[in-house]
Amino acid sequence: MSQTTGTDRIPGLEERARRGPVLRKGVGVSPSGWFDPRGRTIGSWAFAANRITGLGLVFYLYLHLGVLTMLLAGESMWNDFIELATNTVFLLLDVLLIFGILFHGLNGVRVALVGTGIVPDRQKALFWAFTVIGTLLLVYAAFHVLGGE
Amino acid sequence: MQTATDQQAVEAIETRRFHVFRYKRGDKASRFDTFDVPLAERMTLLDGLRWIQLHQDPSLMLRHSCLHASCGTCGVRVNGREVLMCVTDVHDLGLDITVEPIANIPVLADLVVDMEEFYARFPDEHPYVRSSEFNPQAPTPDGIPTYVRYEDCIECGLCLSACPIAATTDRYVGPAALAAAQRMLEEPRGADTAGLLDWADEPDGVWRCHAAFECSEACPSNVNPAARIMALRGALVGGALVIPDRMEDAR
Repeated sequence: MSQTTGTDRIPGLEERARRGPVLRKGVGVSPSGWFDPRGRTIGSWAFAANRITGLGLVFYLYLHLGVLTMLLAGESMWNDFIELATNTVFLLLDVLLIFGILFHGLNGVRVALVGTGIVPDRQKALFWAFTVIGTLLLVYAAFHVLGGE
Repeated sequence: MQTATDQQAVEAIETRRFHVFRYKRGDKASRFDTFDVPLAERMTLLDGLRWIQLHQDPSLMLRHSCLHASCGTCGVRVNGREVLMCVTDVHDLGLDITVEPIANIPVLADLVVDMEEFYARFPDEHPYVRSSEFNPQAPTPDGIPTYVRYEDCIECGLCLSACPIAATTDRYVGPAALAAAQRMLEEPRGADTAGLLDWADEPDGVWRCHAAFECSEACPSNVNPAARIMALRGALVGGALVIPDRMEDAR
């Protein structure tokens, strides 16, 4: 006589096993894909901003490497570029870059603290704490980038 | 015959405009139908949709059962946010109310989704019905012999609908299944705990979550699935399998 295990009593297991792990998508899947802003809260906005800043930083990395190849073209070209890169518009873009770095980095620390179970229920408190820290750092950095001493 | 006074009385009735998601198998695409629903005192969203069924379109399909947020069958998205129809007051929803089925689960018809797809995500060991558990040690008020332990999750699927990661991949098992696994590990009652941890320790398991915490925001039963996922991660990286019994209240 075989022993009855707990799983034998669950109906539909065989059918579920036959269907395999891949689930089909239906029309119920939100058309906006990974981010539907309606009704979402701070966690989703942080998640979305993290993705956008991540993509921005990857784009910047390749842009940066591309710009550095100007050095191969000689001193004159590089000096011309530096002159362009120190005008106000470019410096504002630098501030935007610093925002991206700060947001992505600090949000990564927040997710790591929450996601490793160290503070599993304090994601919002950490978000606002890191927002304050990040804002202070951004103001400090912007002050220096835009010509303050 | 309707008099002018009757007509004025009808016009004076306050209404809400419902935009309801419609889809039947065989339709090439989904659409939204609009209904003007007369507002009644203490009218729930479910009352409004049943009014539409009774008075305007009997082909509208929806699911409900208990009428008091215990069965989890009447989950929908209203103006983009996941709710249970039976406990959502229409007065709180504004003049235009958009009702859609919960997301990330295939639609069978109108507001009815295929919950088989939801249950298929759960670990095989998960017992959907657990034996009643009594706690004779706990002091009880007069007239109550003992407490019966209930599980909080009502398997409504709102957490899966709210999860932004579930919208990117149908391989992610989702918050409800992971919360169920954590709950079983918290109180195994003979379950294979090592097997459950292995089940959760997969790229499309506990590690696919990106900590948006929308599942905990959407949960109508205070299960706090996100914190349970984080607790599972904590356990998998060598920590204790402990979840706090509180939700952050700041929204």
